[in-house]
Amino acid sequence: MQVPAPFEYERARTVDDAIALLERYGSEARLVAGGHSLLPMMKLRLARPEMLIDINDLADLDYIKLDGDEIVLGAMTRHASVLDSPLLAEHYRVFAEAERVIADPLVRNRGTVGGSLCQADPSEDLSAVFSALRGRAVIRSSSGTRSVDLREFHVGPYETAVGDAEILVEVRVPIRERTGSAYEKVERRAGDWSIAAAGAFVQLDGDTVEDVGIGLTAVGAEHFACVQAEDLLRAGPATPAQVAAAAAACAQACNPSADQRGPEDYKRHLVGVLVGRALSRSIARAKGDVS
Amino acid sequence: MTATESPTADISRSPAGNPLGFGRMVRKEDARFVRGQGHYVDDVNLPNMLHSAILRSSYAHARIVSIDTSAAEAHPKVKAVITGKILEALNLAWIPTLSGDVVSVLATDKVRFQGQEVAYVVAEDEYSARDALELIEVEYEPLPVVIDAKHALDPDAAIIRDDLEGRTDNKIYDWEAGDAAACDEVFANADVVVAEDIIYPRVHPAPMETCGSVAYMDKVTGKLTIWSTTQAPHAHRTIYALVAGLPEHKIQVISPDIGGGFGNKVGIYPGYVLSIVGSIVTGVPVKWVEDRSENLMSTSFARDYHMHGEIAATKDGKILGLRVNVLADHGAFNGVAQPTKFPAGFFHIFTGSYDYPAAHCKVTAVYTNKALGGVAYACSFRITEAVYFVERMVDCLAFELKADPAELRMKNLLRPEQFPYMSPTGWEYDSGDYPRALTEAMRIAGYDELRKEQAERRAAAAQPDADPAAPLMGIGLSFFTEGVGAGPRKHMDILGLGMADGCELRVHPTGKAQLRLSVQTQGQGHETTFAQIVSHVIGLPPEDIEVIHGDTDNTPFGLGTYGSRSTPVSGAAAAVAAQRIKDKAKVIAAAALECSVDDLEWEHGRWFVKGDPTQGKTIAEIAMAAHSSLELPEGVEGHLDASVVYNPPNLTYPFGAYICVVDIDPQTGAVKVRRFIAVDDCGPRINPMIVEGQVHGGLADGIGMALMEVIAFDSDGNNLGGSFMDYLLPTSMECPSWELGETVTPSPHHPIGVKGVGESATVGSPPAVVNAVLDALQIRQADMPFTPAVVWRALQGRVLRPDLAIE
Amino acid sequence: MRVTVNVNGAETSAEVESRLLLVHYLRNTLGLTGTHWGCDTSNCGACTVWLDGVAAKSCTMLAAMADGRDVRTVEGLETEAGLDAVQEGFVEEHGLQCGFCTPGMMMVARALLDRDPDPDEATIREAISGNLCRCTGYENIVRAVRWAATHEAAARIAEEASV
Repeated sequence: MQVPAPFEYERARTVDDAIALLERYGSEARLVAGGHSLLPMMKLRLARPEMLIDINDLADLDYIKLDGDEIVLGAMTRHASVLDSPLLAEHYRVFAEAERVIADPLVRNRGTVGGSLCQADPSEDLSAVFSALRGRAVIRSSSGTRSVDLREFHVGPYETAVGDAEILVEVRVPIRERTGSAYEKVERRAGDWSIAAAGAFVQLDGDTVEDVGIGLTAVGAEHFACVQAEDLLRAGPATPAQVAAAAAACAQACNPSADQRGPEDYKRHLVGVLVGRALSRSIARAKGDVS
Repeated sequence: MTATESPTADISRSPAGNPLGFGRMVRKEDARFVRGQGHYVDDVNLPNMLHSAILRSSYAHARIVSIDTSAAEAHPKVKAVITGKILEALNLAWIPTLSGDVVSVLATDKVRFQGQEVAYVVAEDEYSARDALELIEVEYEPLPVVIDAKHALDPDAAIIRDDLEGRTDNKIYDWEAGDAAACDEVFANADVVVAEDIIYPRVHPAPMETCGSVAYMDKVTGKLTIWSTTQAPHAHRTIYALVAGLPEHKIQVISPDIGGGFGNKVGIYPGYVLSIVGSIVTGVPVKWVEDRSENLMSTSFARDYHMHGEIAATKDGKILGLRVNVLADHGAFNGVAQPTKFPAGFFHIFTGSYDYPAAHCKVTAVYTNKALGGVAYACSFRITEAVYFVERMVDCLAFELKADPAELRMKNLLRPEQFPYMSPTGWEYDSGDYPRALTEAMRIAGYDELRKEQAERRAAAAQPDADPAAPLMGIGLSFFTEGVGAGPRKHMDILGLGMADGCELRVHPTGKAQLRLSVQTQGQGHETTFAQIVSHVIGLPPEDIEVIHGDTDNTPFGLGTYGSRSTPVSGAAAAVAAQRIKDKAKVIAAAALECSVDDLEWEHGRWFVKGDPTQGKTIAEIAMAAHSSLELPEGVEGHLDASVVYNPPNLTYPFGAYICVVDIDPQTGAVKVRRFIAVDDCGPRINPMIVEGQVHGGLADGIGMALMEVIAFDSDGNNLGGSFMDYLLPTSMECPSWELGETVTPSPHHPIGVKGVGESATVGSPPAVVNAVLDALQIRQADMPFTPAVVWRALQGRVLRPDLAIE
Repeated sequence: MRVTVNVNGAETSAEVESRLLLVHYLRNTLGLTGTHWGCDTSNCGACTVWLDGVAAKSCTMLAAMADGRDVRTVEGLETEAGLDAVQEGFVEEHGLQCGFCTPGMMMVARALLDRDPDPDEATIREAISGNLCRCTGYENIVRAVRWAATHEAAARIAEEASV
């Protein structure tokens, strides 16, 4: 088997511990949570941090709870918990639908919300979900806590707004009434990265779209979102024609690259199809469809 | 989800409840596997053992300017660093392949494929060995790359094998079979001729266990012991003797438990040779186990056949002829494992299961800057390619004639009265009732209902208010004839070693037996099925028969397990040995009972006096008598043993009819396999449970190859399938619940009529899935794997070529 | 660094490099070779063990991450009472051929049945979707898990009846 290059290892017992370790070891230190993004890269020797700070003891960051008008997910929440969460199922079915097609059940037992967001892989499904929902990332350092819109959290491929001596502690998502959400993904095989995927929520006011969020995975969409399509839909009627127009806008606006998952024209086409389906199902669910 | 019942008659059971012969019984080997006590190569740990790793080329084609190993040698945990130069001094830099070519063990002049072996590190542990690889500096001078087989023979293509004297191009050979003139005549006059280009892309067997070895050269005794993942331990031993100049009686090759072979573990890889060299150099055991990317990038790939075919028929759909030109991409060395006389393996069985006189094939093999291989992944020596070709061509003909593919096949299938059947390219099919198998498959599938459903769906899709996302339903068939059990020694040898296999059966004084085999299981259940073969003949309980295999010091010579040959060849040897024991037992029984041999009758496990059943001796009793002081007739030796070398008179020909049903999302291109019906005929089934398991596994292979498995390359020669993130194997989610059926047509020439089945489903399933996909899309031809992108592009009429990078 | 891991109920401890993967701690340091490995990219699942009762891929964990925790491997399935129902099911239903993916499959199956004693076929297929098998085509693995579920349900009923 391929194995990592040597490194130092420390275990953080608290969040403050983790921050202190990050401050001490600087940019050569990496946090490791589930490890299913970082460790494979280290085995292939594509990543070679000199220090790993294990934050798996930070059980107090493992929660999914209601806090006022927001749902809050701790950064150490495992993907499996997101998949099974009744609270999330009640408000945003997009989460369970996305989680079911993220990696495989074993990876989901270990991988964390925080780890996935901070890895910032352009094909990360959860990044698109949180972007669609316009969540907020809460980041802590020794100088306190700050909040970053999820649509500003991802700076580029594998790059986030989290600084060297900072740690993502939780992600917050506003609760919305009269809302339906859905996730659509196509992959070559169960567990593969998306060829393309789309997540959406639609909030209705009667037959009008009061608010909408569209997240796109694996197609180079800026901040994993498609603002043009959202603007097109917002305040308009929740009709198939509008949905089709939004889908076309997404297909136009994204930046897919050709690879062995597919050529560019197919990926663009796929974005259009999946956005259309995610929006249609979100609208149906907002209207009370429970399927 | 119900298991099928074998039509084999129910027979009596042993004290442990096992059938005394053929029938369902749980496997004896499972006891260790379910406890995690399987003993695989990476589990071998010897005192003072060292570990190793191979440095591999990142270039597909480059001259080696220099290699600096000084920093690696200075690593405190490194014990040895070997390069091609060092091997040259030992005359081991190049070794023969199984096809009369030579291959680098460590590159000396050039590297010729990405992933080729360049240097070897032996260290105290595997982590240090990997660290040391990074300390080796290699200077390369990149050369132009030959990737597309279609351009390998261009006048300006770089010459890959300039190590071979007189080489002026990248051609390996031209080979043909059949009658070109007869074909010309038939094709010129036929009502219908359909021509098509079909690629069977490069795929990989990818067993769950990668390849590896532990080698120990004991300097004191002069004995080399090598544990390795080999499907053919005796062949390896002989080749090591020939290549390394080591005395063969001082070489012991041990195949412990093997985590899947599928033809990946037939050849001798540089890593095995290097572990031997490592042990010679360091004086202690050296372990080498490859990682998954090494397995996918450098070990025996499979297929890579580019075929141009033509099928001729009457306008009523009677096939008149089939011909094909094949461009075979062998990679940078010709390393195919196949009988010497058959450079293209058994591909010329491409005429398939149908009755027509005119056939011709021409195979042109070329070198490219890719890893070596071609014959692997349960191909039965290129029969996967042959069956894929003919079954696709028959469907192309059906498409042109707008004929039902099942009807077209039924019209052309060979009839039972035609067997034994001599095919236009010289294969004598031993037995078969093909229409019965196809009828049975159609019955299980409910074929007519499926076509009705498809017609209804198509009618609905043609309506103006049709749902654009409504799935496209496809039904695909495949009918295959396999040729397995290589083979008669006058026709079949590998590197000069005839493909006859030995077997030894000993019955101990207390009536328990040991059967020593030359073949090597990698999961097929030989420890159980071979015990059942012996039990079938002499009536000893299977639990009283120990099967011994995988150790060249303790088993007779043979060519190993691949090409589904264990049951046809070694199984025959075991049956013949058991028969000899039974016959000798009769003589000894007569001596013990003081009667004439002609007075004795057999009931399962026992010789008794005709008309006086209380006067008899069981095999166990006879065994004790044979070892006692009982006086034996003139010329009859004591003990109860038999030793056989079985030279099969012919191959055996299992066959089957498969039907696949798919539903395709027309907007995304995603394919879902709804059902897969497989009717197999492998003759009588020794253990129906094990036969079904073999079929299940092969059917999953078909899903894999048809929908997701491919090793593609970009124009720089980068291997795009070098990890399990890129080379996708089917999971439990893509596989339906397989629906199996059977017919039983014994082989007339095999002692117990059995034919072998290990590769049948891998051979027969890919065309069934592909035919189903193309049926759904109503397109005549596109190449697998049918990932969603490939499906969508096919629907757009802009087909993607699977073996190249997608741009 | 020193790691102390409770493996199959027994405490183990060793001085290891911090980069030592858990799968290698089990196989090489402890000699528990029942846990296998088959890839470099966390895809195949042959290395599946339990960490604190949760099934996970031991090739993608450091031994250090298991320090102070509980690990269960295939060697811990059999008890003095005999084989686990999952192990029996795999034998009865021919759920294994070469045996290489089998320990991982059984650890997943055991975890599944512990939380869902009566899973249907679709649930079983999803639970094992992170474990690759090249031999069986998955059908008999699904049947093996169903066998274990049925067998354990019957045992529970028998036990309740005898109380």
